[in-house]
Amino acid sequence: MVVKVYGCPFASPRRVLVCLVEKEIEFETVPVDLFKAEHKGPEFLKLQPFGTVPVTQDGDYTLYESRAIIRHYAEKYKSQGTNLLGKTIEEKGQVENWLEVEAHNFHPPIFNLTVESLFHPMLGIPGDEKLIKENEEKLAKVLDVYEERLSKNKYLAGDFFSLADLSQLPFTELLVSLMEKQYMIRNRKHVSAWWDDISNRPSWKKVLDLYPAPDSKNWTRFNNFHV
Amino acid sequence: MVVKVYGPAFASPKRVLVCLVEKEVEFETVPVDLIKGEHKHPDYLKLQPFGTVPVTQDGDYTLFESRAIIRYYAEKYKSQGTDLLGKTIEERGQVENWLEVEAQNFHPPVFNLTFQIMFTPILGIPTDEKLIKESEEKLDKVFDVYEERLSKNKYLAGDFFSLADLSHLPFTQYLVCQMGKEYMIRDRKHVSAWWDDISNRPSWKKVLELYPAPGA
Repeated sequence: MVVKVYGCPFASPRRVLVCLVEKEIEFETVPVDLFKAEHKGPEFLKLQPFGTVPVTQDGDYTLYESRAIIRHYAEKYKSQGTNLLGKTIEEKGQVENWLEVEAHNFHPPIFNLTVESLFHPMLGIPGDEKLIKENEEKLAKVLDVYEERLSKNKYLAGDFFSLADLSQLPFTELLVSLMEKQYMIRNRKHVSAWWDDISNRPSWKKVLDLYPAPDSKNWTRFNNFHV
Repeated sequence: MVVKVYGPAFASPKRVLVCLVEKEVEFETVPVDLIKGEHKHPDYLKLQPFGTVPVTQDGDYTLFESRAIIRYYAEKYKSQGTDLLGKTIEERGQVENWLEVEAQNFHPPVFNLTFQIMFTPILGIPTDEKLIKESEEKLDKVFDVYEERLSKNKYLAGDFFSLADLSHLPFTQYLVCQMGKEYMIRDRKHVSAWWDDISNRPSWKKVLELYPAPGA
């Protein structure tokens, strides 16, 4: 069964795509035009009542929330592709710990930065400099914790690549490329080495290649863009 | 081995406590005074570098982030106490879906309401009325989705109680009691029935009794 993934090429759907590539699961993608507010339209809301991407459909089994989807597929296909959950229950606990860290500490400021320094200017709305400064400061503190953690462990959950590292790929990619804040990564020796390692995985390069982020030329269709 | 849980008076640690009670896992608690800023003290930051509660210590195995802790213990003790993860991989996927819904859609507005209504007065900082209004509107929309979901399913992940429901207990308790916003639950027939069901579980009543909220 081929898994359908809705919402490419946006960031959270890419979290799902890179996981499916690592797990060697076949998928097909269905674009959702966030610029035309397709994700807030009645058809999409039947699939995902909160109106966000991604959604996956696997036959008649539907899931949403990217971090739920990656957990499901990492577990369901435990015996194929890359192991993304550690080898023991204790290792899996560390994966969960750092995946939750990404969701609750890393994601809010980096998401706000994405909205203020990327989406709003491209929509012709001036980015809120105060919010950008506040969120960059919050993100810097999170990255300081990562620097300490990664000075003792090759990856976030331990000495093995896992969902906890994978989950950081999509928005960090935007940070270092379109948002031009590469210094936040490069100024931290261990975060920098870790970023080089995870962003050069063939799975991530494949996702970027197949589903490039909308570039500034594509962002001209701004009617009713809803974040 | 008795699990140590830091910060029991507060909401997120209660997410862990109610899970441990359901799983029949013995625990002891260590108070952390958030009002006095104990969670930002260097000794605490060695345990939890982001300076939040809870943390659990199980011998020399430390975990933080309440939703990571409950997933770990629900899995580790799968064969005892209440099953909180569903019976199949697909049921577990639904549990994960709705636990993420709680974390990403429900939690941000209910947390803002909690902080603004309950904690700004105690901390002596100005209360943001605009944020309260916006957060209540957002939470209303989330509850509308829950009403629809619960009109078709007894619990959020399906016909079985799970981590997805459990995770809602602590902050919803604040909403209906300390924050005086019970109408948000009672105005919705299926959310109301669901709340009565989950909040009357013996595990939750035990946690509330043993660890009253600050100012309760």
